[in-house]
This record gives sequence, structure tokens and C-alpha cells, in this order.
Amino acid sequence: MSLPEPETSGRPLAPGERLPLGERSTLSPGAEEAIGALAAKYPEPLAATLPALYLAQEDMGFTSLAAMKEVARVLRIPEGHVYGVATFYTMYQKKPVGCFHLQVCTNLCCALRGGAQLFQRLCERLAVHPGEVSPDGLWSVEEVECLGSCGSGPCLQVNQETYDEFVDEARLDRIIEACRRGDVAEWGK
Amino acid sequence: MAIRTKSDPQSYTFEGFGSEKYPNLMLRGAGQLDNWQLRIYEQQHEGYVALRKALKMEPSAVTAEVKASGIRGRGGAGFPTGLKWTFMPKDTEEKKLTRYVVCNADEGEPGTFKDRAIMEYNPHQLIEGLVIAGWAMGCKLGFIYVRGEFKWLVDKLDAAIQQARDAGYLGKDILGSGLDFDILTYRGAGAYICGEETALLNSLEGRRGEPRVKPPFPATKGAFGQPTTVNNVETLAAVPPILRMGGGEYAKLGTPNNTGTRIFGLSGHVKRPGLYELPLGLPLDFILNDLGGGSSTGRKIKAIIPGGASAPMWDASALDCPMDFDTVKARGSMAGSGGIIAMDESTCMVQATLRLLRFYAHESCGQCTPCREGCNWVVKILTRIEAGQGREEDLPLLESLVPRINMRTLCPLGDAACGPLESALRLFRPEFEHHIQHKACLATGVPLLASLGAH
Repeated sequence: MSLPEPETSGRPLAPGERLPLGERSTLSPGAEEAIGALAAKYPEPLAATLPALYLAQEDMGFTSLAAMKEVARVLRIPEGHVYGVATFYTMYQKKPVGCFHLQVCTNLCCALRGGAQLFQRLCERLAVHPGEVSPDGLWSVEEVECLGSCGSGPCLQVNQETYDEFVDEARLDRIIEACRRGDVAEWGK
Repeated sequence: MAIRTKSDPQSYTFEGFGSEKYPNLMLRGAGQLDNWQLRIYEQQHEGYVALRKALKMEPSAVTAEVKASGIRGRGGAGFPTGLKWTFMPKDTEEKKLTRYVVCNADEGEPGTFKDRAIMEYNPHQLIEGLVIAGWAMGCKLGFIYVRGEFKWLVDKLDAAIQQARDAGYLGKDILGSGLDFDILTYRGAGAYICGEETALLNSLEGRRGEPRVKPPFPATKGAFGQPTTVNNVETLAAVPPILRMGGGEYAKLGTPNNTGTRIFGLSGHVKRPGLYELPLGLPLDFILNDLGGGSSTGRKIKAIIPGGASAPMWDASALDCPMDFDTVKARGSMAGSGGIIAMDESTCMVQATLRLLRFYAHESCGQCTPCREGCNWVVKILTRIEAGQGREEDLPLLESLVPRINMRTLCPLGDAACGPLESALRLFRPEFEHHIQHKACLATGVPLLASLGAH
């Protein structure tokens, strides 16, 4: 199976391409309250932008255009500022991801220990291309830069929590099984 | 609260570790899951002894002690920490200043994984260092800016900070000294560039992590427009031991002008990858072969990156080099963040260079044209060489790009990209030429790139 060039989340938008607005247009009341409370935590309300975007992403599934607008509204900061920030950082997923977003580090240290092959194997095993979500909505995969586990690579991260190191094929199978069984928290939960 | 319940599979200790020869100042108890708890830090690791001592001293005397230790910043640049602290402006009669101290925990340099171990196993030592820094520089608030991927470490730091607050090491009137100091953690969102201090400050303010024009330097106008000092995790974690032993005693470790211990990270084709805390100035051969066990594949080590991905590469002839800031620099590389990456002789250097340059092209913030465009050009050229479509003129072209990127950008990311590129072209030129002339690779190792398919 040959794979296309990986789609990095930092890729600039193609001419005419727009980020998805998302299905939901408003934050849940709980998330709105939590974001509002952030503004007072830092010396300036603007500093709440990054943590607020995390909360909005968790609440609305991904960092949709609607999520950005909501953050701007609650924090009373310009929408353009939030858009600029959200599109700068790669951990705000501007497109929907699967319940289990699997990220493999393929930077040099992990690659020397088989990170690239692990990523290819992962794509084949789940039959999903980078930048896509599997038809059942369960899986998405991404090739990422250094995850800070250079001495124990290759490293695989599921969603934003779980970390696994020294991942070989057997371990990969166990991780996928654990996700299927529900032992790993789903994206945003 | 997600406190990690499995230990990370790194190796930390070696024979003689913790002895007078190889003192264990920062990795105390590393590998033990509940080592992060306040009671263990207090009972087993002389926790907050240095803070009590520091609070009885004048702030200027604390800075003097750090200066006397000779410690140089462990984040990459190796700037003397004590000197950096003296750049912070003092209060005047008519103006009381708000000052901040920021801990740079945006560890993202490929090959570097030391700060993570400190935060995982010794968060209180970092907190103690930060409070002492706050006392020395007259700050009331400190930040720990942690990279976004380390979410569990942010949770752990928050838990440790709460323990410290409950015990009176943080908050109002710390230990009856009159010092008010608190710490906020801040989580980045996946941008390598935020490890650069002014980009970090922008990110901390809730902006895009783009480096600022200097001057003004952070000590004049840093976070939220106020005087700010940014220190690496390892630097701050070294402050409590410095205060406990005294700056003069600490300065006896290592070599003159390169004092103390630092944490070296071994990765790549090494038998025992992991973190090794060692006095500065030990030869690379000792670290790589005696401690790291040499090559993990049985093949000879061909290339070594001595200080994180941004450091120019070496070939095996550099094995005798003592690992300290000055000698490594004199030998054409940089000690950087202490991450040592070893590559065996089966590694394709075209792929290795391409993989590193892809990283820089991806992580360039896009502000300065030489870096934004230059890194992408390099990636394009290297990709076609790797794919067997290289042209005769490609190598001179690549070489000509180096001086057009290097030192022509606001921050050192462009320079960092040039380090591996320039050194690989110089040291492993026959491999590049072979790729171009024969459209094939000399090396036989595992392919380093996922998307290019068969090697």
C-alpha cells in the first residue's frame, strides 16, 4: 500500500479552501462558564486564549470555526485573534478527528528505531489515510514531530492523554485492542 | 487528576551514579513513581532546605551564589544564569515594578527528553528553584510553560504546586519571610518555536508563538510588557542544589567555565538509551560507549549529533571530545540541550538530513522569509535527491542556501536548520553525490521516511 504525502496539520489552506464550521454552533453552558472563569486567572484576559481553545475543542469535538467564534465571544476578544492563534498551533484540530486520534512520532530519533515503519503499519492496520477519519468514525492517524520520548522511541500518542513508548508491532496491536475495548478515553472525553 | 501510574521506560542510573564522582543532583529518585510527592522530596531529597536557606539571605546574595556556581543555561544557548538574573531591573523610589520569572518547559528539540524527567519525578525541585529565583529577582508570580503534548505533566505539576501551597512553600508570606510568590502552569499547543524565549512569551500572552524583535530583551520588556527572566527547567532545578552546597562547591564540578552537572540524553542507535546526569567535560566516548553501551545494532556509529537536532553533526572522529559548552563549540558543533543522537553506518544521511529539515520547515513560524522559504526549498531539493531525481547542481545550490538562511532571521530556528544541513553536506558528501549520480542509496538501514515508500 502506498501512502500519499502526510497532511501536516500546519499545512496552509489551499486557495479557496475553508475550515469547517462544525455541526454545533454554541458551547455547552458548562464549557462557557469554565472559559469565562479563565479570563481572571492570568494577568491579562488575552492570555486565556490557548487554554480556552483547549476547552472549546474538548467541548465541541474539534476546533471548528464555530468553536473559535465562541471563544472570542466569551472572552470578548477579536475573532481574528482567536483564528490566528488556533491556526498557528498544531494541537488544535481544525478538522474532525476520530474517537481515537493516533499520532506517531516519525522525527529522527524515533525514525532510527522504526517510527516510519510503525506509522505505515498503523495506516495499513486501520485502513485509514493520514488526514482522514475512518468510515466508522473511530480512527484517525497523524504523523507528528518530536513527542519528547527520544530515548524510548518509537512513541505513539492516543488523543491528548495516553502515551506509549518502545512501540513495536505487538504493542501496536495491543494499543488498538485497548481502544476497541474502551480502555482508552475517547477524544474529548 | 491524571497522575501517571506507569513508570517511563527510560534508563536513569549507572554504576557509580550518586557517588562523589557522578553526583546525582537533579535526577534523584528518577524512575520511582511516587518520588514526585512532597513528603518524599522533604524526607529523602533535602526538599525545600535550600529555600529556607535562601529566604534568610538577601536576594542579591542569592544571585551572587548562583553567579559563583558558574552555571550556564541548560536550554541550549549556555548563557551564564547568574548574569542573566542581574539583568532584571530593580525597583526605584518612584516606581515599583511587576516582574515575572518564567520556566521554559517547552521541550521539543528532537533528541531532548530531560526536562520531562525532572517534571515527572522531581517537580518540587523545579518549584523550589522557581521560588528561589522569584526571591532573588523580586518576582511575585512565576509561570511554567509546558509543551502541549505533556498534558499529564501539567496535571502533575498542578498537583505538586497545590501540595507546595498547602505546605506554605507557595502563596502569601512564604515561611514567614514576607515573600509572596505563586506559580501558574501554562500549556502550549504544539509549536516547537515556542521554546524560543520571546516566542514563548508571546504564546504565554495568548498570542501566536512568533519570536519578537530584540531589543527590547525580556529583562526589560517580557511577559505582559513587564521585566521577565526565562530559564530552562534543568537550570531552575539546579538552583536548590547550588544553594544547598554553595556556589563555590558546585563550581568544583565539571571543568572551569563549564561547571556543574547536566543531564545528557542518549537516543538513536544506542544500546542503553536514556538520561545520564554527569559532570560537564566527560568525553563523548565515555558517555556513548561506556554508559550507553555503544551501538545497538552491532554496526559502527557513523554520525553523532551532540546537542539536540539543531547541533551540527559530527562523524566518529569526534568521539574523544569532552562534552562541555566551550569544547563542543570549538569542535564545530554546539552542546545545546544535551541530547546526543547516534546513527550507525547503515543510516542514509540524505534521509536523516531530509527528516530533520522537514521538521524545521514544518516548525518555522513563517515570520522571516529566509527561514520560511529557505527551509522549504531545502526540503524540496533533498526530497528530489532522495527520490533519485537529483541534479548535478543541487549540492552547490544547497550549500549556497546555507549562508542565505543562517543568521538572517529573528530567532535561531533558521540557524538551527542550517546546522545539520551544512555539516551533513560537509561530512557525508559522497552519500549525497552517490544518490545523485547513481539514483540509489549507499546505506542499507531502515528507511527513515514513512511517506516516500520503498527505499
